[in-house]
Amino acid sequence: MKTLMRYDKTILAGLLLAAMACCSASAVAQDYPDPKERPERVVEGEAVPQDAYRSEVTPVVESVLFYIFGGALLLSAVGLCICRDVVRMATCLFFTLGSAAVLYLLLGAFFLGAIQLIVYAGGTLILLVFGVMLTNKSPWVRFDCKPAEMIAAAGVAIVLFFGLATMLTTTEWAQSTGEARSTTVAQFGKALLTTYLVPFEVASVMLLVVMIAAAYMARQE
Amino acid sequence: MTQMSVPWRPRGKVRYTGLSGLIAGFARAIYGMAAPVVRAFPGSILLGAIFTVILVGWAHFLLFEFADNHLIGADSNISAVRGFLGAELTLAEIENGLAVAGAPAPGVLQYAFYPIQFRIVRDLLSAGGILGFISVIPLYTIWWERKVAGRIQSRTGPMRVGGWHGWSQSMADGIKLINKEDFVPDHADGVLFRLAPYVAFVPAILAFFALPFGTYWVFRELDVALVFILAMLGIEVLGVILAGWASNNKWSVYGAMREACQMVSYEIPMGMALLIPVMAVGTLSMTEIGNVQGDGWTSWIVFRNPFTFAAAVVYYVAALASCKRAPFDLPESESELVSGFHTEYSGFRWSLFFFGEYAAMFVVSGLCVILFLGAWHSPLPMSLADRFLGDDLLSRAAKGLFFSGPLWFVLKCVWLLYVQIWIRWTLPRIRIDQVLYACIQYMLPLMMVILLGHTLYELLVPVHGIVWTFFNIALSVIGGAVMLFLVSIACYGYLNRVKLVGWLGVETLPGS
Repeated sequence: MKTLMRYDKTILAGLLLAAMACCSASAVAQDYPDPKERPERVVEGEAVPQDAYRSEVTPVVESVLFYIFGGALLLSAVGLCICRDVVRMATCLFFTLGSAAVLYLLLGAFFLGAIQLIVYAGGTLILLVFGVMLTNKSPWVRFDCKPAEMIAAAGVAIVLFFGLATMLTTTEWAQSTGEARSTTVAQFGKALLTTYLVPFEVASVMLLVVMIAAAYMARQE
Repeated sequence: MTQMSVPWRPRGKVRYTGLSGLIAGFARAIYGMAAPVVRAFPGSILLGAIFTVILVGWAHFLLFEFADNHLIGADSNISAVRGFLGAELTLAEIENGLAVAGAPAPGVLQYAFYPIQFRIVRDLLSAGGILGFISVIPLYTIWWERKVAGRIQSRTGPMRVGGWHGWSQSMADGIKLINKEDFVPDHADGVLFRLAPYVAFVPAILAFFALPFGTYWVFRELDVALVFILAMLGIEVLGVILAGWASNNKWSVYGAMREACQMVSYEIPMGMALLIPVMAVGTLSMTEIGNVQGDGWTSWIVFRNPFTFAAAVVYYVAALASCKRAPFDLPESESELVSGFHTEYSGFRWSLFFFGEYAAMFVVSGLCVILFLGAWHSPLPMSLADRFLGDDLLSRAAKGLFFSGPLWFVLKCVWLLYVQIWIRWTLPRIRIDQVLYACIQYMLPLMMVILLGHTLYELLVPVHGIVWTFFNIALSVIGGAVMLFLVSIACYGYLNRVKLVGWLGVETLPGS
């Protein structure tokens, strides 16, 4: 048991690694839409340009880059679990998010990649590090798990792993139909302001409420 | 007297090892060989370098033209902007392009162009060009900043290294920095301390990969280039925060925290100001936004209506803050925080922060130029060029020189860089609470009013109607007058340099 305790982080990391692998595999597999099952929603009066997307790199280079950045993603995810220093964990998270953004870019989803970079890597993460700096008391904050926490975490990880594994093995994945077509920003904008207007507005109202709440909590008494 | 005991751990004799040692040895060897030559012919080397840069730029321009001519001629579907890099080229197409462009294509030339047909070769070439540009820009901006600071403070700045006005001072500094001890504080977080300069520097390079210098002068034509560049500028902050944190030093952490506060606040007005040209043109692609402004300086977006004019000013102030330039250089204020987040850094790592900072200065200036100040177009309208210039090589050269091209883009960026330097050496630093107050209480509400006003203006005022034309012409005249005024006070200053800078400046100023 003692030895098992010593390698707690490693075991957790392994499980998370498996989960991440499943997630990334599913993300990659889902990005190719099957034209038969999910007909693409075309905005009326907007002809989709024929050469909207051409792969920017050759397939060989693309797959090499995919393995490099997929590996970086997994390694930094493992690092995120292993590190005990909060700022190091945040740095690992930064590399995880950045590699995911690169994978989006490789798949031709430029808008998604850029938004991932600006919102998560550029915004959220800096706020996270900033919060850590402002709130901690000792110079190096370290996370040490209690055994109970560890067991609970392991349980969650195992459930997640089996759930994802089942989903991966039972789902019939759509096969790639050759060239993926990327959505342009204009199409995104039109869809947001026509088809998906209500969810968009609900999300913005929610953000407004959060902002007001934050301002209320941070005000001077 | 034996060895004194010191409170810190004794360090090894070898100051630098591994890769940095190799680089240092290489740099010293090059400097040893080059220094006597540089000392002997400083002026001719400088002139030759400038000439070579222009020549290489010109050769590139021709190459882009060939590819473009061919692609438009061969396939009528490809009429949209498609860079030289994105194009599918084969050797036959290059030859066709050469033929269409009217240039002779002897056998030797065909072999010279052979590797260009492979995309990876073209990518590597252009990435090398971008890296070279990023290395040169900080070197010369730092030298120029020191010269300008000297002039503003009635001294001469660097004068010795390289002969003519210390023109190779920055290179000598670079070699010195590489040779310095590879120093990591004992109680610092070693991994993050080593990593931080790269997190600050690499995004600045990556921003250049989406920044167009001209219609075909872009590494990757992204339809989300603007968002991408903003993201890269945002990530740079993380490097600064990590540097401050990992140094395990109070002053560094204060600097890093100030940087984080400042950036998070100023990103909001900056992003909103960048939305204004996007709204006016209706695209996020920087190339398209740039090409809309080709019809003379009255068509520049900054002079389009009062709201774009105000947005350009707000953007520039916010950009100063995001580059941590004075009066917003709180993260590294040397009077209070030693030198802020890079207090513990020295040598090559320290210089990486400066490369990152100066590259970011160029990127924000480039964004301002593309989105507001007419991108790569000169103040002369392109219709003038179409009327008077033909399609032969000489006319195209004249077009590239006087009407539009990367030369104009770089010129405008350098002018904005100069304004940044000028502001830094004339304005005092303001306090951190004043910085944040100015952003949240003044710039953010102002920017919201501008955004709303611009939306209504675009919706309600008919384009090329009476009101629209009045504001356009009035703002263009004001802008031109301001520029003329600046040029004339510069002339006045030059003519009265005896009174302004004293005899020391006069003796060393060029032209006296």
